[in-house]
Amino acid sequence: MKKALLAGATALLAATAMTPAHADDIKQGGSMVVTYKDDVSTLDPAIGYDWQNWSMIKSLFDGLMDYEPGTTNLMKDLAEDYTISEDGTVFTFKLREGVKFHNGREMTAEDVKYSLDRVTNPKTQSPGAGFFGSIKGFDAVAAGETESLEGVTVVDPYTVKIELSRPDATFLHVMAINFSSIVPKEEVEKWGADFGKHPVGTGAFSLEDWTLGQHLIFKRNEAYWRAGVPKLDQITFEVGQEPVVALLRLQRGEADIPGDGIPPAKFLEVTQDPQYKDLIIEGGQLHTGYVTMNVKMPPFDKLEVRQAVNMAINKDRVIRIINGRAVAANQPLPPSMPGYDTAYEGYKYDPEGAKTLLAKAGLGDGFETELYVYNTDPNPRIAQSIQADLAAIGIKVEIKALAQANVIAAGGEADQAPMIWSGGMAWIADFPDPSNFYGPILGCSGAVQGGWNWSWYCNEDLDKLATEADSITDPAKKAEREELWRKIFISVMDDAPWAPVFHEQRFTMRSERLGGPDAIFVDPVHIPVNYDYVWAKDVQ
Amino acid sequence: MGSYVLRRALQSLLILLGISFFTFVLLYLIPADPARQIAGRSATTQTVENIREQLGLNLPFYEQYFRYLSGLVQGDLGRSYLQKTEVGELIASRLPATLLLMVGAIVCELLIGLTMGLVAALRRNTPTDTSLMVLSFVGVSSPQFVIGILLLYVFAVKLGWFPIGGYGTFMHMVLPSLTLGFLGAGWYSRMMRSSMIDVLRQDFIRTARAKGLKRWQVLFGHALPNALLPIIAMIGIDIGLFMSGIVVVESVFGWPGIGQLAWQAIQRVDIPIIMGVTLVSAFAIVLGNFLADLVAPLIDPRIKLR
Repeated sequence: MKKALLAGATALLAATAMTPAHADDIKQGGSMVVTYKDDVSTLDPAIGYDWQNWSMIKSLFDGLMDYEPGTTNLMKDLAEDYTISEDGTVFTFKLREGVKFHNGREMTAEDVKYSLDRVTNPKTQSPGAGFFGSIKGFDAVAAGETESLEGVTVVDPYTVKIELSRPDATFLHVMAINFSSIVPKEEVEKWGADFGKHPVGTGAFSLEDWTLGQHLIFKRNEAYWRAGVPKLDQITFEVGQEPVVALLRLQRGEADIPGDGIPPAKFLEVTQDPQYKDLIIEGGQLHTGYVTMNVKMPPFDKLEVRQAVNMAINKDRVIRIINGRAVAANQPLPPSMPGYDTAYEGYKYDPEGAKTLLAKAGLGDGFETELYVYNTDPNPRIAQSIQADLAAIGIKVEIKALAQANVIAAGGEADQAPMIWSGGMAWIADFPDPSNFYGPILGCSGAVQGGWNWSWYCNEDLDKLATEADSITDPAKKAEREELWRKIFISVMDDAPWAPVFHEQRFTMRSERLGGPDAIFVDPVHIPVNYDYVWAKDVQ
Repeated sequence: MGSYVLRRALQSLLILLGISFFTFVLLYLIPADPARQIAGRSATTQTVENIREQLGLNLPFYEQYFRYLSGLVQGDLGRSYLQKTEVGELIASRLPATLLLMVGAIVCELLIGLTMGLVAALRRNTPTDTSLMVLSFVGVSSPQFVIGILLLYVFAVKLGWFPIGGYGTFMHMVLPSLTLGFLGAGWYSRMMRSSMIDVLRQDFIRTARAKGLKRWQVLFGHALPNALLPIIAMIGIDIGLFMSGIVVVESVFGWPGIGQLAWQAIQRVDIPIIMGVTLVSAFAIVLGNFLADLVAPLIDPRIKLR
C-alpha cells in the first residue's frame, strides 16, 4: 500500500512538474538511445499491440483523446473540444484546425471517419476492433456487410459525430487507445499491408529510418501542433538487445533507456549500487497477477475449494521471489485503478483455515490438479512457490510450464486448465478504467471458447451491474459509477474464481544524460516510456 | 559426374519437401490458435473467425499445405502473422548478418582448431598435448550461451576491448564469431591431431625427410596439405552445426540474423516465419552437404562420386 501511495504521489508530482510554465523552460534538442530485446513488429496503430511498439505508436500518431503525461488522467488531444449528449450515446468532437500529417496534408474529420472505419474493418485484422463494439453499426462492419460505420458522421471538416448503440462510459478512453489513432487514407492505400513499416501520422515524431532487426530512428516533427513538444530531436531504438546486455551498455554510456526495464538477474546488483540510486525509477502499473480456478472443472466448482486456495498462497514469499518488485493483491483491481477498494482485506494467508475449508468441501485428504504457467522466468519459479503452498494444505499440483500461446489456448477451453498462473500474459489494463478488468477476464462474454476468462466464471447478475455501471456516462456521477464497480469486484472475490497474488511494479533506469519527470519513464499509459517529454541535459 | 549431380539435386529436393511437410505438420498440431494470437485478447469471436478465414486456417490440412507449397514454388514464403511483412523480405534482410557470422566462425574454428591440432600432434603425449586436448574437450562440451556470456563479460564489459553486442563493424564480429567457432574448433583440433599423426607416419614423409628437406618444409609442404584433406570436406557439414548455434549466439550478442528472427517467431508462434527460417536453414544444410560431397573427390582423388 505504501508503494501504491508512493506511485500515486509520484504521478501527482509529475503532473505538477509538467505544467506548461515548467515545460517551456526546457530547450528542444539532443537525442537518446532506447534498447529492446524483441524486434518491432509493426507501427500500424490499428495493429500494433506489443510492449515495444505501444509507446512508439503514441509518439508517431495522435488520437482524439490522450492522457496527461505520466498519469491516467484523460485530456483532449486532436479533439479541441467535445460534447456528450444527455443520454450518453452521442459524442461530438470538434477537431483542432491546422494539424498536419507528416506528409504535410491537413488532418480533417474525414480522416477520423476513415481511421475508425479502417480499424473496425475485418480486413484490417485489428486486434483492437472489439474496443469499438459500442459504436452504432459496428456489428454490420464486423460481419463484413458494409465498410462504413453507421454511427460515425462527418459534420464538417472539423467536426465529427459518433453515435453509440448503447451508453458507454469508457468511450473517451477508447478514443485514447492506439487503435483510435488518426491515419491518412492516401498513405494507407499507397503502402497497403506495409503501412506498418511506413507509418505516417500527426505525432510528435516521424519515422526516419527502419533497418529490420537492427534499429529504428525517429526524428522530431518540426511542424508538431503542440508547442515545445517533443523535447528530443532524435530517438534511436536499437532492437535485438538482451536486457542484461542493454543494462551493461547503459552503464557504459552507450544506451540511455533499457526499454525492457531492469532484468531480474541484475536487479539486486543495480538497485543496491549507490551510484545508480538516482537513475532507477519505480512506478506502479495497471497490472494484477492472479491464479485462475476453472469453476467448470471439479473440484474448483466448489466455493470452499477456491477460497481455500486463496488462503493458502503465501503472497509475500511470491513477491520475494521477484525481488520485491510488486505489492500483494487481494482483489482484481490494481490500487491505482478507480474502483479499487482500499478497505477490503481479502482472504488472509491462513493455511489452517484453508485446510478446514477443504475438509468442509469433503476434500480433507486433498486432491491432485494441474497449474498451467507460461514457461519464462520468473513464472515457473512463482508456480513452484504456489505449488509448495498448496501442498501444505494437501493439494498436489503438477506444473505445466508451456509456451505462452499454448497456455492461452488451454485457458480458452472449458475443460483443459484447472488452474493458470497469469504471469507474463494477463492482465495489464488497455485503458485506466475498471471496466477493462471485468468484461474480457471475469464477465460472461469472456467465458467462451478462445476467451480470456480462464476461470470460466459467469455471474449474470454481476454482468447486469457491469452494464449498468458502463451506462453511467454523466461525469457528475463518476463516484456513483466507481462505487458500483467496487461492489462488482468485491462480489467477484466472494465467489473467488481467482486468487489475486500481486500487482507488479515497474523498475527502469535512465542514463544521467536524460531529464524529465520520473513518472514519464514509467508512464502508466504511454508504456513503457512517454518519449515525447524526455529531454536531453546536454542541450540545456 | 553430371548424372550424380542431377541425382543428388533430386534427392535434396525430396529432402526439402519432406522437411517442409514435417515442419508444417508439427506447426499444425501445436495447441495454439494463430487466428486468436493475431486477433488479440480483446477480439470478438467473429473477428477471430474472419481472420481464420482470411488466412485460410479454416481449410483442411492438405489444402493449407498445398497452398503453402504452391506459394513456395513461386518463391513466396508467405507473410508474417504478427510483423505483417513478407517472410522472404524479413529473411533476406537478416541473412547477410548470419552469413557474415558464419564466415567469421569458420575462420575462427579453422585458425584455432587447426593450430591446436597441429601443435598437439607435434608435441604428442606431452603436457602441451594433454592441455590442448582438454581445452578442445571444453570447447566441444561447453554450452554456447555460457561461452558467449563469459566472453562478453571478460572482453567487453571488464576489459572493454570489444563492443557489448550489436552489429556493424569488424570489432562487433569478433566475440560472436569466436563463440560460434569455439565448438567447431574443438572438433577440428581433435581431427587435425589424429589426421596429422597419421600422415606423419606415412612413407612419403619419411622419404621427404630422407631427401634432406628441412623440418618446416616437410611439415608445411607435405604433411599439412595431406592432413587437411578430410577436414576441408567437413566445412560444408559445419553449416548444420552453425544453424543450431546461431539461435543462441545471435540472441546473446544482439546479432540481427535469422537465428534471432527464428527465436522471436517461436516465442510468438509466428508460423510463416518459423516455416521460412526452417526451410532456409534446411536448404543451407542440404547445400552444404552437397557441396562437401562434390569437393571431396577434387581434393582427394581416392574418393569417387557414384
